[in-house]
Amino acid sequence: MLLIRCPYCEEERPELEFRNAGEAHIARSVNIAGETDDDFEKFFFIRSNPKGIIYERWRHMHGCARFFNAVRDTVTDKFVMTYKAGEPKPSKLPGVAK
Amino acid sequence: MKKYSVFAIAREAMRGHKGWEEQWSSPEPRKEYDVIIVGAGGHGLATAYYLATVHGITNVAVLEKGWLGGGNTGRNTTIIRSNYLYDESAGIYDHALKLWDGLSQELNYNVMYSARGVMMLAHNVHDVQVLKRHVHANRLNGIDNEWLSPEQAKEFCPPLNTSKDARYPVVGAALQRRGGTARHDAVAWGYARGASARGVHIVQNCEVTGVKRAANGAVMGVDTTRGFIGAKKVGVVAAGHSSVIMNMAGVRMPLESYPLQALVSEPVKPVVPCVVMSNTVHAYISQSDKGELVIGAGTDQYVSYSQTGGLHILQHTLDAICEMFPIFTRMKMLRSWGGIVDVTPDRSPILAKTPVPGLYVNCGWGTGGFKATPGSGHVFAHTIAKDDPHPINAPFTIERFRTGRLIDEAAAAAVAH
Repeated sequence: MLLIRCPYCEEERPELEFRNAGEAHIARSVNIAGETDDDFEKFFFIRSNPKGIIYERWRHMHGCARFFNAVRDTVTDKFVMTYKAGEPKPSKLPGVAK
Repeated sequence: MKKYSVFAIAREAMRGHKGWEEQWSSPEPRKEYDVIIVGAGGHGLATAYYLATVHGITNVAVLEKGWLGGGNTGRNTTIIRSNYLYDESAGIYDHALKLWDGLSQELNYNVMYSARGVMMLAHNVHDVQVLKRHVHANRLNGIDNEWLSPEQAKEFCPPLNTSKDARYPVVGAALQRRGGTARHDAVAWGYARGASARGVHIVQNCEVTGVKRAANGAVMGVDTTRGFIGAKKVGVVAAGHSSVIMNMAGVRMPLESYPLQALVSEPVKPVVPCVVMSNTVHAYISQSDKGELVIGAGTDQYVSYSQTGGLHILQHTLDAICEMFPIFTRMKMLRSWGGIVDVTPDRSPILAKTPVPGLYVNCGWGTGGFKATPGSGHVFAHTIAKDDPHPINAPFTIERFRTGRLIDEAAAAAVAH
């Protein structure tokens, strides 16, 4: 089971308190009805599914109930960091090459 | 290829078993092939086998980064059934089921297909409605599926707890008698032997690291850990790593990869005569011919390539197993493992041509690809050979996520995902 640090509660809690909410930083169009089929497919279905560093959303369902973002390595399942929703995608990751 | 038979066993018994030959050869890869298949799992090897037998294309290489059948082919719970709701799914899964029947004879290799029946339990009114809908839809598609009362379910599977006092009482069940199990390793080995005997090269420990494309965009071949290998047609059958390979060709996929776990118990005498599945408590169980209870758990909730998974997922499944079969509460579990499954948004596979000329993909089987192995290989070989999908896999395109013509087994599937 993963230990996940909620950036709002500021502590590590067991995975059972959280729900994964999929890939992060996928912006929803402000004019969703006006999207082309191609763009809607990219927004709704296409995922990067990386083998390595993933940016993903989590929700502290059985805690503060708030959404936040996390950076995790999908090979080791180790978290690099977590950060609050709305904060920009981190350009530099602590302890990660490239 | 020497034929296996009772006479071969007798002959070898007389001479100390010195005459058995290797089941498939391990040749050095050529510089170029007509077709390259990426991934020597069941689906990839079946594709190569049917390319050779049905379409006469034998200048084929199957490239495998690890060892043959070491991925999800050797990690699944070996359940075979075709009781899917939608016509498209019924078409492809029943095509596979028809090929399972007779596959041992076709391959001259005992895949131990056992039509022992797959029974899906209903625990509440909603389950009854959903499963009865499946029974009717299946019958309209010519697929056997029948409704059982709790008493009939108990008769079919005596260790099942059908007490009314159970926390989730069994109120009925849907039974597909043609469903069952097969020996998963033997399926990979049998297809490998059959393909190799017809000239297909199976190259293990050869990881694909890149997909080369010509100036016009068409596929030229693949870079591997054993150098560049050319081919005008490349079929990607890489299960959990399909999106990784497709990214090398510049194609982004509607896929996410999750760990899926399974576990087996200590071996015991025959006690579970069929496959039992329950979506509501989320567990499924069968018994291998070695006597181990084979138990399937669910996926983890996050994308991962770690081939492991959380212990709480297994515990949740064992809670459910003990609820359904109280006699197993003191059974010891021997080992557990995980595989990486590639899941599409509508939980139906993709077997199709891609936007890249010469590149084909067979992926997205998610948590239930083993049952489809023969059918998947059969129609995917057709797709590659003719550069045009077989009518059975024609609906399973990548484009369906743009057009909206989904095959939405996610909502309808007979199992929870």
